[in-house]
Amino acid sequence: MEKFITHTGTAIPLRRSNVDTDQIIPAVYLKRVTKSGFEDGLFAAWRNDPEFVLNKPEFQGATVLVAGADFGTGSSREHAVWALQNFGFKAVLSSRFADIFRGNSQKAGLLTVVLPQEQIEAIWEAVEADPKTQVTVDLEAKNVRYGSVTVPFAIDDYTRWRLMEGLDDIGLTLKNIDDVTAFEKKRPAFKPETLPVRS
Amino acid sequence: MGKTLAEKIWADHVVRSAEGEPDLLYIDLHLIHEVTSPQAFDGLRLAGRQVRRPDLTIATEDHNVPTLNIDKPIADPVSKLQVDTLRANCKEFGVRIHSLGDAEQGIVHVVGPQLGITQPGMTIVCGDSHTSTHGAFGALAFGIGTSEVEHVLATQTLPLIRPKTMAVNVTGKLKPGVTSKDIILAIIAQIGTGGGQGYVLEYRGDAIKALSMEGRMTICNMSIEAGARAGLIAPDETTFEYVKNKPHAPQGAEWDAAVAYWETLQSDADAKFDKEITLDADALEPFVTWGTNPGQGLPLNANVPNPADIADAEERGAAERALTYMGLTAGTPLKSLKVDTVFLGSCTNGRIEDLRAAADVLKGKKIAPNTRMLVVPGSARVRLQAEGEGLDTVFIDFGAEWRNAGCSMCLGMNPDQLTVGERSASTSNRNFEGRQGKGGRTHLVSPLVAAATAIRGTLSSPADL
Ligand code: SF4
Repeated sequence: MEKFITHTGTAIPLRRSNVDTDQIIPAVYLKRVTKSGFEDGLFAAWRNDPEFVLNKPEFQGATVLVAGADFGTGSSREHAVWALQNFGFKAVLSSRFADIFRGNSQKAGLLTVVLPQEQIEAIWEAVEADPKTQVTVDLEAKNVRYGSVTVPFAIDDYTRWRLMEGLDDIGLTLKNIDDVTAFEKKRPAFKPETLPVRS
Repeated sequence: MGKTLAEKIWADHVVRSAEGEPDLLYIDLHLIHEVTSPQAFDGLRLAGRQVRRPDLTIATEDHNVPTLNIDKPIADPVSKLQVDTLRANCKEFGVRIHSLGDAEQGIVHVVGPQLGITQPGMTIVCGDSHTSTHGAFGALAFGIGTSEVEHVLATQTLPLIRPKTMAVNVTGKLKPGVTSKDIILAIIAQIGTGGGQGYVLEYRGDAIKALSMEGRMTICNMSIEAGARAGLIAPDETTFEYVKNKPHAPQGAEWDAAVAYWETLQSDADAKFDKEITLDADALEPFVTWGTNPGQGLPLNANVPNPADIADAEERGAAERALTYMGLTAGTPLKSLKVDTVFLGSCTNGRIEDLRAAADVLKGKKIAPNTRMLVVPGSARVRLQAEGEGLDTVFIDFGAEWRNAGCSMCLGMNPDQLTVGERSASTSNRNFEGRQGKGGRTHLVSPLVAAATAIRGTLSSPADL
């Protein structure tokens, strides 16, 4: 996983709440067996509309998505995170994320930042007034900056450390694999096993 | 102070805990399907890792498989590649798989319980958000993403932050014609799609205790639609009775040891939940969604709401957009809405009791003109059982299509999809824009409402017949 320390880029205002993962990437795009190439499916249904914000010329090349509340609800598909990353997004800002989406993002290195709704609206207004506004998402300093504004955000230290170091969870767990083996020795015998097959 | 059920199961699975880090939790069962696993197996291969516990892992084909002509090769080459990839991965890593054509194939959340590998007190995960279904057994079960699938394959554990707990008390008794689906739709309408976020919901109270296991599964299934990663119901005699004699249920002395443990799986009387809510089952009517998220629901007797009446600006905007997408006008009685397609199936309502309940309503009747009905059993085993009871004939005589098992029109990944503007009454769990096919309009309902709607052609409950 790539390290995330700080990122600066332009932003897209997505003025919608409850953007579920079926909107981020519809099921018909989930048939691929790779982690790349999902950008074509990102917000596929909405992108048919020329007025949709992702289609507007002034927002091309943006790398920060600023979304309404409850972003990423619904299905657990990590493809939603890959689609955002494949499209070029490095960070998503919202006042509330669905748990699974947020977890997936943190595993895949897409930074999700929770800001109060009034701050989200202030950023929407700023980038709509000037789409060239540079937005900095600084994980080290735990703040978002644009123009003369600095907004702090909270993130737990463990996740921040993992993202800043670009560490993969499996490697971390394997360091403690002896604990897992010890735990397995104590598991009750009545716990079911899938093998051998019984019918 | 006492512990809640969720806290007890959690504590029994902590492998390692350290200050400032998430707990490392042991996973008792990992369910796998074709859509969210290929990249995880790829990751294992790249790192030269094995599946740590193939004997705690099981795969099935469900999301992407056709429900017609299942004896022929899958027609869509991209779907076929995904299913073939799952088969090859399971072979390479020694994972048990139930493929198309096998009697145990079906929707992953129907297969686990019917094999008896879903049991109380377990931790269960799957790369699918409706893993919460298994919480009906008093298991801590939740959906995970593909990175986490890889983590579980490699280590049989997950690093997790302990969730908060919410008691959802459902008091009283359901009226005839009102089902567990109506309970959960009403709960989501009450707390909203974000209301359960960060919590494990424990459903309690007389109305929950009175439900069958399948009714309980319907409720836990849709916990995710309230934003909760998991839903739980304390195990009781109904649970033990259901698990007993299933293929993978404990036998002999192990059964006794298991039950002795399972009986301890109750929230203590002095346990403190982080939040409590209450719903009165006595007052409940059949429920239906009118919008494009599962929280946008109302009793079937209501009218399409007027967004202008909604105080919150976000919600008002969402309601306006939903009415446009759904092609609805404020004030229209929900019961006057003409439905094109009725879908009976999914991991929410594709079990034998759901099929029986619907068949009971339909028996001897004919489908409304210009209406189609798809009946898709949740698993091949459910299909066989239904055929054994003659339910297939009831559905076919009625004018419905009797299909093979899979997710089908619940998510429209296979050929079973709505067309643009087509309106459905669906027993599934998500009414998102385009969920059942691009431009499709979904109303979520119970199997009873689905059946009555197929008879009348407009949203209806059995009481309207
Ligand atoms: S039936 Fe629907 S909700 Fe259930 S697992 Fe399949 S796609 Fe997901």
